[in-house]
Amino acid sequence: MPGQSSDGTRALRAAFPVTVPVLFGYIAIGIPFGLMLVKAGYPWWLSPIMSLLMYAGAGQYIAIGLFSAGVPLMGLLVTMLAVNIRHIVYGLSLIGQFREAGRWKPYLVFSLTDETYAILTGVKVPQNVRPGSFYGMIALLDQSYWVVGSVIGALAGAFIPFSFAGIDFALTALFAVLLIDQLKRSRDPLPAIIGIACAVLALAIVGPKNMLITALAASLAVLVIARGRAR
Amino acid sequence: MTTLTEALIAVPLMGLVILATRAFPFLLFSRRDPPALIRFVERFIPPMVMAVLVVYCLKDIQWAAWPSGIREISALALVVTLHLWKKNAMLSIFGGTAFFMLLRALI
Repeated sequence: MPGQSSDGTRALRAAFPVTVPVLFGYIAIGIPFGLMLVKAGYPWWLSPIMSLLMYAGAGQYIAIGLFSAGVPLMGLLVTMLAVNIRHIVYGLSLIGQFREAGRWKPYLVFSLTDETYAILTGVKVPQNVRPGSFYGMIALLDQSYWVVGSVIGALAGAFIPFSFAGIDFALTALFAVLLIDQLKRSRDPLPAIIGIACAVLALAIVGPKNMLITALAASLAVLVIARGRAR
Repeated sequence: MTTLTEALIAVPLMGLVILATRAFPFLLFSRRDPPALIRFVERFIPPMVMAVLVVYCLKDIQWAAWPSGIREISALALVVTLHLWKKNAMLSIFGGTAFFMLLRALI
């Protein structure tokens, strides 16, 4: 079939270059995730299962901590909701863009991570490619990097006798970086200040085990009081 | 600790919760404009949650005992400096983590 390098192939070729930064980033963050999961006492294959079904960097990292603490199922689900609620924001700004995504749309919605969102809001669709295929290939490549990174980390943790002590700091760094990016965009330090103050207080009062959900609830309440009247 | 069986049950359910947060706006606002509440969530919640998570990551520091939080705070300072300076997330995260692992081995 002449000239019929399929739409999918063309989309893949166009999508790969724009995903290269995510390739490095996801391998870099995926490896510590796999390592930590195995070091917490779980088999390596749980790592790709989580990366395929959950596919949320922060959520998966936090799940390891919650698993280790033996938090009951309802606590796991509520915490996931709190940590991932920011995704609602992403969807809002992509409603129009995804209208033209066709059969890729369900997968695009499922795979809408921070990084994929950042790329999708910044790219232009090449002329000879359908928008849906282009967006879909970007999302698919990103998730494949994440799965590969988390498998490498898990296998390394299971089979390489090297001390990876401190690798979990990657998560702290990830959150700090996301916070800085958000502060730059919003130019409003108050929500972050409320978050830090409530988190420190929650840590002091209820201790490390229960601080996350307490801090999230408390800071949300303070935020509503402080900024509830803003549009 | 959560058993492997419990984890295998929890993972798809957590996946559903995450999917729900991602699908929510598409299901509700495909045809009408989002209300003020959502705009509130959009503007103020993400930096608040990130700030809480940064503190959460530092929750296990033993401030009373040497080396207190010196390693964590130094590495975090490096992350912030690198990110404000180079604006490259990968560099900030890699650099800060490598530095932290080094400090852990030394101090």
